[in-house]
Amino acid sequence: MVHHRRRATFPLSARAKVFCFFFSKNKALFFEKRKQKTFAPGNPVPYALLLLLAAASLLLGAAGVGIPDPAIFWQLRIPRTLLALLVGAGLGLGGAVLQGVLRNPLADPGVLGIGGCAALGAVAVFYWGLSVAFPPALPLGGFAGAAAGCALLLLVFRRAQSGPGLILAGVAVSALAAALLSLALSAAPNPFALYEITFWLMGSLEDRTLLHLALAAPPILLGCALLLRLSPGLDALSLGEETAASLGVPVGATLARAVLGVALAVGAGAAVAGGIGFVGLIVPNLLRPVVGERPGALLFPSMLAGAALLLIADIAARAAGLWLPLAAEPRLGVLTALIGAPFLVSAARRAAA
Amino acid sequence: MIGLTDFSARLGGREVLAGVTFAPVAGTFTALCGPNGAGKTTLLRALAGLLPATPRPDPRHVAYLPQGARSAWGLTVRQVAALGRIPHADTNPAAIDRALAACALTDLADRRVDQISGGQARRAMLARVLASEPRVLLLDEPVADLDPAAAHDMMLLLRAIATQGGTIVAVLHALDLAAAYADRLVVLQAGRIVADGKPPHALPAAAAAFGMTLQHPSVPLLRPRSKD
Repeated sequence: MVHHRRRATFPLSARAKVFCFFFSKNKALFFEKRKQKTFAPGNPVPYALLLLLAAASLLLGAAGVGIPDPAIFWQLRIPRTLLALLVGAGLGLGGAVLQGVLRNPLADPGVLGIGGCAALGAVAVFYWGLSVAFPPALPLGGFAGAAAGCALLLLVFRRAQSGPGLILAGVAVSALAAALLSLALSAAPNPFALYEITFWLMGSLEDRTLLHLALAAPPILLGCALLLRLSPGLDALSLGEETAASLGVPVGATLARAVLGVALAVGAGAAVAGGIGFVGLIVPNLLRPVVGERPGALLFPSMLAGAALLLIADIAARAAGLWLPLAAEPRLGVLTALIGAPFLVSAARRAAA
Repeated sequence: MIGLTDFSARLGGREVLAGVTFAPVAGTFTALCGPNGAGKTTLLRALAGLLPATPRPDPRHVAYLPQGARSAWGLTVRQVAALGRIPHADTNPAAIDRALAACALTDLADRRVDQISGGQARRAMLARVLASEPRVLLLDEPVADLDPAAAHDMMLLLRAIATQGGTIVAVLHALDLAAAYADRLVVLQAGRIVADGKPPHALPAAAAAFGMTLQHPSVPLLRPRSKD
């Protein structure tokens, strides 16, 4: 479809419009007028949708549909819903920032290896059986792992402060985490630990408590605040690091802030929720046709959409656990991967075209 | 105003610039010529303060366009131009509109830069530079890979900017374009300035730097199209 500045407008029936939408190459055209309004921070519609999803999430659980007794509501449903919102927001925003910083639509918080380090910390707790004696040890271990991974990442990254340097540092950190994780798995003291570890790695928000929420919320909120302020720097970086530097943007500091923010926002989420992939990858790519491609303009919508996506996935997991003949709830990480894999295939096909 | 005095630079152990003294003259269009590897880009980056040892000039006054600059994302032409306002920390729509109009992009303002022609995309990058309303424009090969007509359009535009008081330093490979439009020709060879002067005077040295001789003492030219 050719994009003319002044397009002739034909009166189209609703069906014709839907038909045109599905068969057009440039779907952004159809959102052109609406996109400015829909994702402006002042527009109440996205917040209302998030509230609606949150309400649905609060009303659904292992105890059935409806308002449960106060103990379940406060001890289980509230933490679970808020954690889904927070973890999803961190993942969506982290993905948008990393894609902007690396100028690559396939970047994902996973490339930094912070999630892997959180998993390693949690596995170490399983390995020594600490989580049985002291349940809060598990998120604390994940937290320590994420923090150590973040420190290591910043240490390696300091040597080469550029996009490729960041990818290199991330690959090094995730390779190290993966190697140590394999070591722990192969030397697991008993089959039960192995089973627990594998389950944890798939990611879930089941049975999370107010403690998990209290542990994860401050770093995620701090990380998101740090990342949201990177907007002008990311815009400048879309023309390359040299142009950004000539525009007065401190490129090294912007990248370092992005790493720190992503480590906080994603690492804390991974520490309490386990390995949840693909959200950071999909969300910015889903929003680009709607919001436009300016990386700075994607940050806030990605945060909201990440929260919404994880909330939907978690509701789906609980609904499946409630109504499908399954032994246990499907894991959250499995659901997001099931959504993410076909998306990756379509993105690859679009990139090849 | 920016400038370099007896400036030397090393890249990977090789001396790229050896004792170069250069300062652009306000309101003039200077063309930097010389064979590949002569140090033109390094000189421009030194002026822009992008080498480790060089002071960074005020980005509101000095704008730099790197070689082959392109947008990683499908930004609209207007969004690209708006990036030029980052040093000013505002979104001055009047300045952006003026930059777009100067580059004849007003009608393309809402098109994506990855969906317009190479010449138009290059003009969008220049609009980004102009939107900063800089005093000095440092342009690295602004007409590389443009067709002859688009290259002449770009040179006419630069000429007009200089006539209105802008200071331009541009790396140019096409000697005929440099001779036709620039006020001053600076010829670099192996990290040294070997000629510096008005194009008719510096042109033989520029040709010699490329290992060529001029067939005609007068400037051999493709004339620009007449603008109607």
